[in-house]
Amino acid sequence: MSAALDTETHLRSAVRTDAPPAILLDKVNKWYGAMHVLRDVSLQVATGERVVVCGPSGSGKSTMIRCINRLEQHQEGRIVVDGTELSDDVRALDAIRREVGMVFQSFNLFPHLTILENCTLAPIWVRRMPKREAEELAMHYLTRVKIPDQARKYPGQLSGGQQQRVAIARALCMKPKIMLFDEPTSALDPEMIKEVLDTMVGLAEDGMTMICVTHEMGFARQVADRVVFMDRGEVVEQGAPESLFNDPKTERLRTFLSQILRGH
Amino acid sequence: MSDISLGTSVAGIPEAAPRQPPALTTGPVAWVRANLFSSWLNTALTLVLAYFIVRYAIGFVDWAFVNAIWSVPNNQTQACRALKASATPGACWAVVTEKHRFILFGTYPYEEHWRPALVCVLFTALYIVSGMRRFWRKELALVWIATLVVIGILMWGGILGLSYVPQERWGGLPITLILATFGLAFAFPLSILVALGRRSSMPAVRVLCVAYVELIRGVPLISLLFMASVMFPLFLPEGINIDKLLRAQVAITLFAGAYLAEVVRGGLQALPKGQYEAADALGLSYWYKTGFIILPQALRLVIPPLVNTFIGFFKDTSLVLIIGIFDLLTAGKTAVVEPAWQGFGVEVYLAISVIYFCYCFAMSRYSQNLEAELNRHRGR
Repeated sequence: MSAALDTETHLRSAVRTDAPPAILLDKVNKWYGAMHVLRDVSLQVATGERVVVCGPSGSGKSTMIRCINRLEQHQEGRIVVDGTELSDDVRALDAIRREVGMVFQSFNLFPHLTILENCTLAPIWVRRMPKREAEELAMHYLTRVKIPDQARKYPGQLSGGQQQRVAIARALCMKPKIMLFDEPTSALDPEMIKEVLDTMVGLAEDGMTMICVTHEMGFARQVADRVVFMDRGEVVEQGAPESLFNDPKTERLRTFLSQILRGH
Repeated sequence: MSDISLGTSVAGIPEAAPRQPPALTTGPVAWVRANLFSSWLNTALTLVLAYFIVRYAIGFVDWAFVNAIWSVPNNQTQACRALKASATPGACWAVVTEKHRFILFGTYPYEEHWRPALVCVLFTALYIVSGMRRFWRKELALVWIATLVVIGILMWGGILGLSYVPQERWGGLPITLILATFGLAFAFPLSILVALGRRSSMPAVRVLCVAYVELIRGVPLISLLFMASVMFPLFLPEGINIDKLLRAQVAITLFAGAYLAEVVRGGLQALPKGQYEAADALGLSYWYKTGFIILPQALRLVIPPLVNTFIGFFKDTSLVLIIGIFDLLTAGKTAVVEPAWQGFGVEVYLAISVIYFCYCFAMSRYSQNLEAELNRHRGR
């Protein structure tokens, strides 16, 4: 666990309660075959809110955030993202995906493209940005994640932590309104976790709407407005990080927390 | 060597002098010892094999070069026949010398042979130019179209003062190159579409692609060629006749397309799911995703089997001999039908093999370089 993040100061909240919710999940259900992986999941995320989702493996947390940009399809319930309901309408889906950035556990950079090309591809072809402008934008975000000097290299030449920061920069280049993080530090060596979390904290400071699936409790304490605990496909408990961690209401969360703390 | 790094140790830490691996574990002598003479059994095997190799190599050189006859006057093949029967047999390359224009260009009018010769040069130049990465630009497509038009004009003639030569008289190497080039040039894009179609989410497209691949793959190329040349014309309305070469060309294209599609599909399946998801998450449309992310990676993965299939099809074009199209191999076969030259097939077939080998080996070497170059990004 990254000690640097167990700091006392919690970020000032950027939640805008006046605006309509950025993301709304209403009684979402999903099955893989006969396995019921999401059970009546309801969740509202306000614009500027930072939500951390935690829970044991297989609890459906990854599936849930992958449903938000329809990498997985839900079978029941409604998901509304940025005012648009997810449906079979391809145009609406493309519009949503333009506004929702995603960072994966396994980075998923495009290995045959340079770092710069990874970052400019979508702005150029999806946002129709001129190449020069896209490259300037990419360099801006690469500077922000502190790797501008690697722009001409290929992903395979970078360390895991650097690759994940490129992945964050790549998502940011689309200027998304919402960022989804699917266990962004789980595939990293311990010494690289901090550099990625620092980048994410920086993003949170700027008021980005974020949903982050992670086991990094220090990160949750520092930046989350709300922590959502999932188990067996259900949202079991949610609340501010301090109250949730210090005063778990359910047996399941208590068990989970004790396991996590023992693990570290 | 060892004194180069002395004094360059970092931060004052004394660096150990670089140690060389012990002598006799590297170099050719060590290689020979390790691979050829590592035990008495290996030594015996090496010696026996060396004996056979040397003996047959000498025999071949004697036959092919030392005792060979390179030319004879006016189809007088008695010398060749005598040599064949003698105690020191030799090759009669005279048959190749005499018949090389027929083998290369078939029944194309003799005075006009410069035209198919130029066509072969143009095709070869086209391959070389297309192979060079610095020419991989949009203009290359125009170069292809222009070259193919010029090739058509040269072969058919009828304009620009060139005499008209009907397609029935074409033959030899140009036919092989035409069948292979057009076949693969159309089959490759077709195969990519079919491979993508097989993974489509639209059931109708998927069924169509599966049916195409399975039907074509399930029958021998020869039967497809027969269908194209014998059965297909029966279904055409009276008076309409599609060129025989074109029909064979279509059959070969469809056949190659089915095989290549499976190779390409292998590449598509080998790509990690994360690549598709990352492209989706960025909002790339299906065709952008396929064109920028999926195909560049998938095709790189399958360069070896792809070129394997290419080479196979280059040689499979020789099957058109069964429907009476005069490709390189058929021309060679026909060349030794003449009574004077009967019995000298080995020399002719060897000469033809050399031509096939040149093209196939070039493809093979080129693919190795391409693979190394395109996959450089994988290395650290």
